[in-house]
Amino acid sequence: MAEAQDLSIFVRHPVEGIAAMDLVVEGVHCGACIVAIEKGLKREAGVRGARVNLASKRVTVEWSEGALEPPAILERLETLGYPAHPLAAETVDDEQKAEKRLLRSLGVAAFASMNVMLLSISLWAGADSDPNPATRDLFHWLSALIALPCSAYAGLPFFESAGRALRARSVNMDVPISVAIVLSLAMSLFQTIAHERTAYFESAVMLLTFLLAGRYLDRRMRRRTRDFAANLSAIRADRATKLFDDGEAREAPIAAIRPGDLVLVRAGERIAVDGTVEDGRSEVDQSLVTGETRPVEVSPGAQVYAGSLSLTGGLRVRVKNAATGTLLDEVNALLAKAVEQRSSCVRLADRAARWYAPVVHLTALATFLGWLALGAGWERAMIVAITVLIITCPCALGLAVPAVQVVAAGAMFRRGLILNSGDALERLAEADTVVFDKTGTLTQAKPALANGADIAADDLALAGSLALASRHPLARAIVEAAGATTPMIAHEFPGQGVSALYRGSRLKLGSVAFCKAEAEAARVAATWPDASLIAFRTPERAIVFAVRQELRSDARSVVAAIARKHEVEILSGDREPAVALVARELGVALFEHDMKPADKIARLKALEAAGKRPLMVGDGLNDAPALAAAYVSISPISAAHIAQAQADAVFLGERLAPVAEALKLAAKARSLMVENIWLSVVYNLIAVPLAVLGCVTPLIAALAMSSSSVLVTLNALRAHRAQG
Amino acid sequence: MNVLVYLVPLALALGGLGLAAFLWALRHGQFDDLEGAAWRAISDDDLPED
Repeated sequence: MAEAQDLSIFVRHPVEGIAAMDLVVEGVHCGACIVAIEKGLKREAGVRGARVNLASKRVTVEWSEGALEPPAILERLETLGYPAHPLAAETVDDEQKAEKRLLRSLGVAAFASMNVMLLSISLWAGADSDPNPATRDLFHWLSALIALPCSAYAGLPFFESAGRALRARSVNMDVPISVAIVLSLAMSLFQTIAHERTAYFESAVMLLTFLLAGRYLDRRMRRRTRDFAANLSAIRADRATKLFDDGEAREAPIAAIRPGDLVLVRAGERIAVDGTVEDGRSEVDQSLVTGETRPVEVSPGAQVYAGSLSLTGGLRVRVKNAATGTLLDEVNALLAKAVEQRSSCVRLADRAARWYAPVVHLTALATFLGWLALGAGWERAMIVAITVLIITCPCALGLAVPAVQVVAAGAMFRRGLILNSGDALERLAEADTVVFDKTGTLTQAKPALANGADIAADDLALAGSLALASRHPLARAIVEAAGATTPMIAHEFPGQGVSALYRGSRLKLGSVAFCKAEAEAARVAATWPDASLIAFRTPERAIVFAVRQELRSDARSVVAAIARKHEVEILSGDREPAVALVARELGVALFEHDMKPADKIARLKALEAAGKRPLMVGDGLNDAPALAAAYVSISPISAAHIAQAQADAVFLGERLAPVAEALKLAAKARSLMVENIWLSVVYNLIAVPLAVLGCVTPLIAALAMSSSSVLVTLNALRAHRAQG
Repeated sequence: MNVLVYLVPLALALGGLGLAAFLWALRHGQFDDLEGAAWRAISDDDLPED
């Protein structure tokens, strides 16, 4: 590493005198990697301990304070063959605590159900027929002794959530759950005191166990996707060269840069911050930010945005603290509005809960009144009513949705798509219109040579060797197309191009004006309206290269596949000819060009007003408000941070295929969720009449509840496969 | 039925032991890295080096 780095913000101090840092490590996948990393790090002087977490692909390193500099650890890992990226010092947050709490509750509930079941099964198996009812009473009392404290502890997550809902004067799934658990425990206790034959302790704790399992799965899926997102952002964390007050330039992670700092940007580098140019001139490619492919000239006082590429010159940028009237400002204002207006999508499970709770409670009440009217004592009527509550408790319903979500999210992850939110799956399945941004979404973020087929191989090879001498990012595209490896000794004219003597003749590569290739340029520009042009001049002739952002390799087939079931549109901030060309290539009839962020939102709103549910796929700073406003949204991993934060899902890699896969998997998952909910309804249709008639014994309740939960879970496993 | 006098407490104690073990494991981060633990079991870096 050529430059010193400042990593101090990543270092934690768990104990006095000891420093620790968490790192995301690339390429760890087996036991050998664990050993190599841990041993390799411990050999470094001063390192006290290193521990790899294979599941989260992270390593925690501890060293004696002051014994070594943090960058040394990164270098060590680099030489071991595992590039590492520091992770912002982690704080134990509420989410993590809640997850551990749920797992503890699940453990307690499982312990209670096993032991209560042990006692109950012996009663069902014949201990009940003992002439002496003392044994039965003893078993009931023992069950109460286990079930009551365990339920009080394990049921807290439900009781708390139900209390919150009731205080807010609404009903969620936890209200009927809490009512059923409390009532069944109270009734069983009452039965026990009265020396009755039946008690429902095992039903109550089993209910809790199944429900907690569903709740825990849901929680874990959300945490895993969040962890992974944190890893990704650490891996792609941009660095910037910060100018310190002592005049020294040091590379620092973006997280360590504060508003007001001065940052150095060299020609050919991506600008990592938003700010104002203090010094220097350059042409800046803002295509990833605004979608516009034509470079913009910047001079002192101009605004530049993170993600844009400085093409021709070095810049000194003052990191922005207070900005007014800029693109970023407009985006932020729109974003705040869009998030506010986002129609709160009602999740499937909540929708089910909305009619479920009243129906269950009314049925139980009707049963109670019915038995009273038929002349049964109020005790008997109460018992039957409570068995109705127990048997209808949404055991299967609590598992129906989270189990499918976990399996489907796993399947998507293997296909290169990470979900940011759990309900994205449902909204993705409901989307019927797909709106694409062009630049960076349908096209690749990296420019590539477009008209390579029209250029003689010899010329291309010569231009490639000459391009090696240039630092201009567009020159890289020519180097790659030519596969050039031997640079020419060339002279660089800043902002114009490079020139070299080759076998006695002068070669020039650079801007069209620099090479005097205006005539050829006009011809090439007509064919490739969205391309940037680079000219190459030999004594005999001039050649013009068109360098453009190529379509993603599978864009054509993926868009065609999506168009079969969805309407497809392109909304771009780019010029008309450039957008038209891409739309023609992809066979998309509907496209709009020169769209400002507000225009994109307006178009999405118009679609929603027409009853459509648009999926927005976009990546730029200018797409962020639209991503937030759309019914559901996806971003590529190369997207601007702000866009990624607004998207419901992020896809990895160069290919566009994950978007189509996501739509297919989401549709499958949604149909499985509905199927699961219907399975629970059918189960209730069979079990409830039995309960209302008073035929349900504790044994039947236990069998019915566990079999429906298992059925729903097995059905959820089918979400693995996207076919069908 | 006298056998119940010690069998029931025994069953409960065993169950409680399992629960205590689970809670201990949870508190000590035994479930933090489920994949790595499988590999660590077969790594032989704890053998004395020759």
